[in-house]
Amino acid sequence: MTRWAVAGLAILMVAMTGCGGSDDSDTSGSKASAEPGISGKTIKVGILHSLSGTMAISEVSVKDSEQLAIDEINAKGGVLGKKLVPVVEDGMSDWPTFAEKAQKLISTDKVAAVFGGWTSASRKAMLPVFERNKSLLYYPVQYEGLEASPYIFYTGATTNQQIIPGLEYLQDELKVKTLFLVGSDYVFPRTANKEIKAWAKAHGMKIVGEEYSPLGNTDYATTVNKIKDADPDAVFQTINGDSNVAFWKQFTDAGLNAKKLPVISVSTAEDEVRGVGIKNIVGQYVAWNYYQTTPGAKNAAFVKAYKAKYGAKRVTDDPIEAGYVGVHLWAKAVEKAGSTNPEKVKAASKGLTFEAPEGLVTVNGENQHISKTARIGQLQPDGLIKEVGGSKKPIEPDPFLKTYTWAKGL
Amino acid sequence: MEALLNELFVGLSIASILLLVALGLTFTFGQMNVINMAHGEFIMAGAYTTYVLQTALGTGLVTLSFGLALPAAFVVAGTMGLILEFTVIRRLYGRPLDTLLVTWGVGLMLQQLARDLFGAQNVNVDAPSFLDGGLTVAGAALSYPRLFIVGVVVLVVIAIAIYMQRTSAGRRMRAVMQNRPLASVSGVRTTRVDRTTFFIGSGLAGLAGVGITLLGPVGPTLGLAYIIDAFLVVIVGGLGQLRGAILAALALGMANSFIEYNTTASIAKAGVFLLIVLFLQVRPQGLVVQQRRGLAS
Repeated sequence: MTRWAVAGLAILMVAMTGCGGSDDSDTSGSKASAEPGISGKTIKVGILHSLSGTMAISEVSVKDSEQLAIDEINAKGGVLGKKLVPVVEDGMSDWPTFAEKAQKLISTDKVAAVFGGWTSASRKAMLPVFERNKSLLYYPVQYEGLEASPYIFYTGATTNQQIIPGLEYLQDELKVKTLFLVGSDYVFPRTANKEIKAWAKAHGMKIVGEEYSPLGNTDYATTVNKIKDADPDAVFQTINGDSNVAFWKQFTDAGLNAKKLPVISVSTAEDEVRGVGIKNIVGQYVAWNYYQTTPGAKNAAFVKAYKAKYGAKRVTDDPIEAGYVGVHLWAKAVEKAGSTNPEKVKAASKGLTFEAPEGLVTVNGENQHISKTARIGQLQPDGLIKEVGGSKKPIEPDPFLKTYTWAKGL
Repeated sequence: MEALLNELFVGLSIASILLLVALGLTFTFGQMNVINMAHGEFIMAGAYTTYVLQTALGTGLVTLSFGLALPAAFVVAGTMGLILEFTVIRRLYGRPLDTLLVTWGVGLMLQQLARDLFGAQNVNVDAPSFLDGGLTVAGAALSYPRLFIVGVVVLVVIAIAIYMQRTSAGRRMRAVMQNRPLASVSGVRTTRVDRTTFFIGSGLAGLAGVGITLLGPVGPTLGLAYIIDAFLVVIVGGLGQLRGAILAALALGMANSFIEYNTTASIAKAGVFLLIVLFLQVRPQGLVVQQRRGLAS
């Protein structure tokens, strides 16, 4: 129901921003500069996240890590000897606004690349803008797969690097035979659950329920009742945004916990746990590719730098790390290409490697996703996540699940 | 049978939350006809008051800080309402559209203020330990936090009824609402009554914020999740009618719970909206209507 209010405001905002940006949006596609972003001793880059509205809760932290990466690069002399200057825009948790602001960053600010987005809906809204302008977007969040735009680099996981390892862990380690699916009602959970159902069918796991709730939903009592009625061995949870807090609090209120009913989530990370309250979620499972506790000197340095810049209470998590990795991958590709030209950056990115906090990552030249190690984690009483399983080595991205026979026809 | 009982309790619980967030609006919107879109942010202020007290007093005193939060949130949100009334709203009486836009803007500013003060992420508010767990009655699980909210709502409703019916301040409030010019010539200082009414209405929003910390997220945009529901309850109930608001909250809560159980959460939201639209076609004045003695409608 909040949508109505938000939509009303969004119309107002789009109307206002539209006036400024519309005159050059039609022609900009053909006039894209060969070396966008460069002027004198600086290179402009765009950062486009929701800094207000319901998604600000998650996206502000990613904006912070992208700024940290830019600071690090500038401290080492910048890219091509030029300092990076970020232009920060607010997507306002509103998908048309993301498209408007992306266009503004490309045609008015003439940035070299944009780092941004969180929800799949925002990415889907921005995709045609970047393809039309032949400009680059680095998208930092795990998503449902089945996409590979030539102008988007996906630094978060696709399904075969996160959801499938999560399902394998449930079956192999927790001996789960019946599964209940709970998600928010939009493209990511719907698509992810379609894939989960195909996997379950091929692997002898039974899906005993599937529930969706609107984004921003605050009451999960009925959902929890339905879960109790179905009595599954485990729950696969793809709820996004604020609703996560309501789900976990009310799941605990109903007398459930990790011992009675394990839940695996692919959208609750360390940053969200702080708002959920650890006692409501302790012992539950998550599937990601990076945790603050991931071992290695690279990660220790990253966590230290992030806390030094933003405060000791802040935590790092998977999308925060993926945002950071995106900026570094772009900078490395630009150095290698000797140019900010998107086509040259794309060519230079093929097979590019980077020692990331999560370990060595490699850009897949074909689909522009990156190889990632799947990590299954369990929530600890201190609010951090301990790795308890996973792939142990990087998995090649396969957004269209071509290498999986059960995924035929998706 | 068990499922029926479960859903009856869920419906009652949703109704109590709806009523809790709408009670303040029965004053500011219902009595004064002020469309205060910042009402949701007053709810948020109440929730953050709980957080601040809990952080200040430490984790060992959760129950005490929660108890203190109830009156503190009332005063904090009430004072914010008072400031809003004094600086903005009193200049805009009788101009509902201007009030709507201005208070929406104030709401956005308050959200950003919360983001700057407490960070964009949700903060954690622990529930007091005596609210852990719940009862099981005939197979239906009644969780303590939800029972607690039902209890708070019942107490607040009784307190409001006593205030409105039994105290002279409450009588003055009703007099101003029913016929402002007549109340004014009878010696009631209407501006002062307006201010008190707005204080109480906003304070009740703060109280709602404390209750909501038990169930949902505490973040800058918390208010947005409840503001529309709150207005719906007041409109369906009939402007300014406590009885109407109670009936409307119960009807909407039960409808939501049973539709969701038999379909999905998304369809339940749409279904409830549809029911409201149909209902308002038949009865645009709401469930309960105040008889007015005045020439002005």
